[in-house]
Amino acid sequence: MSESMTERDAAASGIAGGKRRQPISTGSEWTFELIEAYDREIARVAKGFGLDTYPNQIEVITSEQMMDAYASVGMPIGYHHWSYGKHFLHTERGYKRGQMGLAYEIVINANPCIAYLMEENTMTMQALVIAHACYGHNSFFKGNYLFRAWTDAEGIIDYLLFARNYIADCEERYGVDEVEKILDSCHALMNYGTDRYKRPYPISAEQERLRQKEREEYLQRQVNDLWRTIPKKFEEEEERGRRPNFPEEPQENLLYFIEKNAPLLEPWQREVVRIVRKIAQYFYPQRQTQVMNEGWASFWHYTLLHQLYDEGLVTEGFMLEFLQSHTNVVYQPPFDSPYYSGINPYALGFGMMSDIRRICENPTDEDRQWFPDIAGSDWLETLHFAMRHFKDESFILQYLSPKMIRDLKLFCVVDDDEEAELEVAAIHDEMGYQAVREALSAQYNLGSREPNIQVVSVDIRGDRSLTLHHSRHQRAPLGEDTEEVLRHLHRLWGFDVHLHSVEDGDTIFSWHCPPRDDD
Amino acid sequence: MSYIIDRRQVSKEKSTVNRRRFLRRYREHVKKAVSDAVSRRSITDVDSGEKISIPSRDLGEPVFGHGPGGRRQRVFSGNKEFVAGDRIQRPQGGGGGAGGGQASDSGEGEDEFVFQISQEEFLHYMFEDLELPNLVKRQLAGSDSFKRVRAGYSTAGNPSQINIVRSMRSAYARRIAMGGGLRKRLRAAEEALAELVEPLSEADRARREALEAEIARLKRRRAAVPFLDDFDLRYNLHVKYPLPTSKAVMFCIMDVSGSMDQETKDIAKRFFILLYLFLQRNYERIEVVFIRHHSAAKEVDEQEFFYSRETGGTVVSSALKLMGEIIDQRYPTDEWNIYAAQASDGDNWNGDSSICHDLLVDKLLPQLQYYTYIEITEGERQELWEYYERVRERFDDHFAMRHLVERGEIYPVFRELFKKRMEGEA
Repeated sequence: MSESMTERDAAASGIAGGKRRQPISTGSEWTFELIEAYDREIARVAKGFGLDTYPNQIEVITSEQMMDAYASVGMPIGYHHWSYGKHFLHTERGYKRGQMGLAYEIVINANPCIAYLMEENTMTMQALVIAHACYGHNSFFKGNYLFRAWTDAEGIIDYLLFARNYIADCEERYGVDEVEKILDSCHALMNYGTDRYKRPYPISAEQERLRQKEREEYLQRQVNDLWRTIPKKFEEEEERGRRPNFPEEPQENLLYFIEKNAPLLEPWQREVVRIVRKIAQYFYPQRQTQVMNEGWASFWHYTLLHQLYDEGLVTEGFMLEFLQSHTNVVYQPPFDSPYYSGINPYALGFGMMSDIRRICENPTDEDRQWFPDIAGSDWLETLHFAMRHFKDESFILQYLSPKMIRDLKLFCVVDDDEEAELEVAAIHDEMGYQAVREALSAQYNLGSREPNIQVVSVDIRGDRSLTLHHSRHQRAPLGEDTEEVLRHLHRLWGFDVHLHSVEDGDTIFSWHCPPRDDD
Repeated sequence: MSYIIDRRQVSKEKSTVNRRRFLRRYREHVKKAVSDAVSRRSITDVDSGEKISIPSRDLGEPVFGHGPGGRRQRVFSGNKEFVAGDRIQRPQGGGGGAGGGQASDSGEGEDEFVFQISQEEFLHYMFEDLELPNLVKRQLAGSDSFKRVRAGYSTAGNPSQINIVRSMRSAYARRIAMGGGLRKRLRAAEEALAELVEPLSEADRARREALEAEIARLKRRRAAVPFLDDFDLRYNLHVKYPLPTSKAVMFCIMDVSGSMDQETKDIAKRFFILLYLFLQRNYERIEVVFIRHHSAAKEVDEQEFFYSRETGGTVVSSALKLMGEIIDQRYPTDEWNIYAAQASDGDNWNGDSSICHDLLVDKLLPQLQYYTYIEITEGERQELWEYYERVRERFDDHFAMRHLVERGEIYPVFRELFKKRMEGEA
């Protein structure tokens, strides 16, 4: 595959300067001068392809620091929590046993965009990481609509610093254990800390600091209003026979709801909830664009380094090493392989990005029929458009071509617990393309990956209990962690919590925290 | 625009705090593992870390998720023989494997979360068990066993260590070296200028101008030689120098008669470990002699010392006698520092305790650095204790004794020993 791509790239890029030049380096050792030289050339080529990036901050680190970066799940500055220590120990063990190589790229969506180079790597690998992270991911962060709407690359580092200091401050004042309890509970609900359909305000550390005091007071006042023990207004309304439901609409953002309405939280606890919620929001786009993000970055490291090769700036030895690593990364093992662990986002993303270019440049009749609007169009423009305006779910629904489905030999299986056997619903053939495409797209829909749980009511006048509904989809039940998570929710809310699993209007199962006797 | 930063030297061990938090949260597990390790290990083998394993289910971070069941569609890659409509046996192992990458990341069928703790952490947990105060912990952990001594000068160092005399001296030397040629030329030019006398010819006037320009240029260059430059700086260099140490022998004496159970022996073992650690930090070479006794005493290896059981009466003096003999044969007091630790449940043969008293007072204690006795029992004090009390009255600074029931009480026995040690050093 790579062979033929190389030729096509060279023929079609149109930006290739024809003259061959001296390679930048020939050995495998890197130096800071060489890194600078490669970065300069890669930046030049990337600019030629119209990649718009934040400035890069490339940090050379040791493998131990890389494990640190891993453990803090991509936050360059994190507050302290035992779970990060656990991740660190886990990574360290895997690395020391040689079970896993450290992934060579961790990149942080910030301005400037921070990328890490490990000192053990060869020059080729450093160049690969620069192309992949500093120009691939970086331009994705800057261009994709989800990142633009949900994250603020300018402010994130400051905000993380604010968060860490705030939490350290709380630990000093209220004790490590108290803070840890709140954080544990918030982490359990971290996936329920974003509004999926409302656009949030970008976070700004400066404002957070300035307003924090003000907000504490304001928030508390709001909460007090809600829980006023002399509910004159409600009584009046009740007399008029209209008892309002609270909240008026079901709420999907559980952390937000708790931050604003939980009756017993101290102001600092509300602030901690807010911090976790804001950080969840920062990571929200990453969870929805894994295939696209990795695909885009892989496509560009591949294209940029080939461009350097065509210009004579890198040697054949460099390309061999690079291609070996590249092929490993974008390999998709078949479902019955021991290495199979789901669809590899690198393989799918890289395949689809390359495929879009192919459809633009060399469309077949099939492509013309499936993609009338992009077949034969300008590939660079089309690809940038796709990067900007989609997330995994919609990207697959829009661009997964029959050829990709055939190449990966995708097939769709229905697993119904009421049937004794699994059924193959669709495969990579004329009849199945559409179904496979839809099924794969649905697999990347956060809404179906995570259970749909919302706050439906609070008994304001009575025992202050909180009721949530889980809308069941196709009889999929909640997992065994549910009870544990409810305990965390109960800790934050402070009063009884009820969760009903509902499908088609019927309550299938209920959880209560604290548990009821009849459970 | 890119900035390239070398971060390797800075911000190391960012995860240290998180790691500590993790250990703290699971300290019960860690403590138990450490405690098991102490029982398992040899007392001379406390200088390494330990592998800790915690059941994975105890460290979960719960989130809402889907359980198995319901009707779901999933896309797989690499189809070989299936066509639409095929029905396949449900694979064994629960609902067809992992739900995408997420589940398999955390799962992988491993029930235990295993990780390594360092020796430092190991000792920390062991000491915590024994309720040692911090000062003593530091002493034991050995961070204070070095002395910083001067070792000349170096060209790199910390600003507070700048040696001014040396720095100025090398700056002076450099100024001479760099300015020497200039000065010579300057002097030559000035002399040439002085030689020009009135009246001046046309050529002389030109020459004077040239000379004046030359002088100005040389002066400028001389002024540009810096008074003090980076590489003139000299720093006082200190190196760590291990404190002078010597040889010590430690006698562990334990009653192994039937009345001593394994729990009691475990407490005794911890006590011996502490003493060993303490000696290890203070002496270069340590030998350990194990003497166990019931009605007769015997020198044994560690395994037998802690884990074999014997029945019979208890004659403490037999062990003391044997110890005296071993000292005479192998450990001349002018070469060896001799420490002894005895653990017992207080039982002794009637009439033997007075012999012990005499042995200790007349023969042993004058030779010993320190003798510690712990009595691990919940019962009444017996004759042996009373006689030992009398020993203590006579050799207050050589002899410590303590009655204890639980592990946490071991330390006070030690306190006196350490107090003396640290006063001695101070």
